[in-house]
Amino acid sequence: MSGTEIVTDAVVIGAGPCGLFAAFELGLLDIKCQFIDILDRPGGQCAELYPEKPIYDIPGFPVVTGQGLTDNLMQQIAPFQPEFHFSRMVNTLEKQADGTFRLTTDADETFIAKVVVIAAGGGSFQPKRPPVDNIEAYEGKSVFYSVRKMEDFRGQDVVIVGGGDSALDWTLNLQPIARSLTLVHRRNAFRAAPDSVNKMQKLVADGKISLQIGQIAGLEGEGGQLQRIHFSTDAGDVSLPATRLLPFFGLTMKLGPVADWGLELNDNLIVVDTEKFETSVPGIFAIGDINHYPGKLKLILSGFHEAALMAQAAKRIISPDEKIVFQYTTSSTKLQKKLGVA
Amino acid sequence: MKIHVTDQSGTEHELEGLEGWRVMEVIRDWGLNIKAECGGAMSCATCHVYVDDAWMDTVGAPSDEEEDMLDSVGDVRANSRLSCQILMSDDLDGLKVTLAQSAAKDEAA
Repeated sequence: MSGTEIVTDAVVIGAGPCGLFAAFELGLLDIKCQFIDILDRPGGQCAELYPEKPIYDIPGFPVVTGQGLTDNLMQQIAPFQPEFHFSRMVNTLEKQADGTFRLTTDADETFIAKVVVIAAGGGSFQPKRPPVDNIEAYEGKSVFYSVRKMEDFRGQDVVIVGGGDSALDWTLNLQPIARSLTLVHRRNAFRAAPDSVNKMQKLVADGKISLQIGQIAGLEGEGGQLQRIHFSTDAGDVSLPATRLLPFFGLTMKLGPVADWGLELNDNLIVVDTEKFETSVPGIFAIGDINHYPGKLKLILSGFHEAALMAQAAKRIISPDEKIVFQYTTSSTKLQKKLGVA
Repeated sequence: MKIHVTDQSGTEHELEGLEGWRVMEVIRDWGLNIKAECGGAMSCATCHVYVDDAWMDTVGAPSDEEEDMLDSVGDVRANSRLSCQILMSDDLDGLKVTLAQSAAKDEAA
């Protein structure tokens, strides 16, 4: 899908609960949504941080998990056929001379939209960097946070750091092609699937990989090419030759490119009004955890309310000449037809 | 009740804690540099603190689930805890902790 251009009514940045519900409110007003999200699935923090954790403060749901809420929202917005573009990040957002917005992603796509809804929560999920000096200089050359091409690791001295599924899975997958492989973890206990842990321990016992208990302390190399990695261990400092490093410390949220879009910010949050939840740039709205206004509470239910009011304002931009009639889904045959129930 | 928090730059702050609050919430409420991105759900490790040695016995060891989350930061020490998992109580009046670098917020844009 390289170099494609998608023209739409609304682009929603972030497919977390508030963004998903925005598609419902916009859909009732006949506005079609294109979602862009850095994760590979809908749900945002609910899917990434706490899919199994119970949430107790969603109106009408005494208890629902993060994944359960996401699944329900996906079902609720299905009649409006939103389109999803996962695993990409919006890099630029600009207002054009004709009043529409032009967005570009790191997957080389362009979106042209009449309104933009930023529902990006705490920002985009990015891999956590280990706390090591100068690691940026090696990133993309010999330090990677994911494996895109396994061939890049063939014949290399690979060091993998972490104790979760990503670390263990890649230990098992890369061992056959790496010249040497060392798994480094801070303790001799792994939260990864027991089957993977057993397989890893067998490889250690067979002398096919090394297991080092410790934490990464420093990198040595030249021009972005890693040569040696230092670790702090209970037995003191240890170092070993390495040409590839894969740290797997999970994801953290970073505001990212949003900061460069010319929107008024307050402590990394986007300032909005409380009538339309519009940002300092008319036509760009911000809802959910990423916005700021007096009295803001970072609750999913607040984001739902913000989505409803935002949709009314968005409709006035998209269809300026249309008279908007406020209707209820309980009584309006028109709305029920849109929902596919009448 | 009071807690003493040393921030990432080495400055010590005396904060008023409230019974039943999580230490993370007290630190966040006072505006110190703590990201606490999951809000206390034990789903991240961005409220990571080092507990003063003198307080380790009173505070106690992390649970297995908390240990798992600590795997996601690279600056773990023997006295590492997630501050969202420490509840304020009379026993902890005077508690001393230091904010880990891995708890820091991103720099404001």
